[in-house]
Amino acid sequence: MDVGQMQRQWLDYTRSLFIEGFLDNQFLQLQQLQDENNPEFVVEVVSLFFEDSERILKDLTFALDQQGVDFKKVDAHVHQLKGSSSSVGAQRVKNACIAFRNFCEEQNVEACLRCLQQVKQEYCLVKNKLETLFRLEQQIVAAGGSIPMMELSF
Amino acid sequence: MTSQNLSTQLRALVVDDNILNRKIHERMLNGLGVECMVVANGKEAVDVHFYGQSFDLILMDKDMPIMNGIEATKELRSMGINSLIVGVSSRSMEAEIREFMEAGLNDYHVKPLTTHKLASIIHNINPNYATK
Repeated sequence: MDVGQMQRQWLDYTRSLFIEGFLDNQFLQLQQLQDENNPEFVVEVVSLFFEDSERILKDLTFALDQQGVDFKKVDAHVHQLKGSSSSVGAQRVKNACIAFRNFCEEQNVEACLRCLQQVKQEYCLVKNKLETLFRLEQQIVAAGGSIPMMELSF
Repeated sequence: MTSQNLSTQLRALVVDDNILNRKIHERMLNGLGVECMVVANGKEAVDVHFYGQSFDLILMDKDMPIMNGIEATKELRSMGINSLIVGVSSRSMEAEIREFMEAGLNDYHVKPLTTHKLASIIHNINPNYATK
């Protein structure tokens, strides 16, 4: 595959992530913040997101595993994850968190456990997608090309 | 508002307990030519002022541990800090926004912030400030 083909593949893949709702406009904001002085900005932010999310998901699993569930604590964790996912543009994770918070309010353990599964699933999906995207970027750069600028109108 | 000339460096304080928001808002502000300090909660924001720092703009998150944005804003105003304080939060219930504004905010924006929103905030501080 030549650089041009790789770049087109990257563009198609990125567009699909937006169309399928995995990413939203906030991710575009992050891409626009990347420049020659901050060439790794998106990867840095997304890596932080992965670390932060994995920590929160672990804490959530623990909190919901307790005999007497502290829903305030659970809600606080979900609020954090909603904030992080919102900030990187991980739309489906964010939406799963919004649904989760409703069940925290109802203090419904079963529903919360289902929501946690949903959030974990969405997180895994977007993590895989973003890792694939970064691999494509690495291939382009290794072949001497540059990452195209996104020109989506949202 | 204090008068600024083109050569005066604007300084901002980002107050947010979320590490991603601190990094993103700092990068956005730097990209607009604004020098930044970041802290993780309201108490740290109050402390840096107590030790003599001053800023043109404070981006204040609402929900933070130790000291939240409402408490910190009230504290800073009572210390006589007149900087532009812009509240930032994901919460959007009217009553909560009102409570935050009444603590002493100049303005309020829903998270996540964009470069565009920040540029208009900066413009309000100094219409002549050269942004990228």
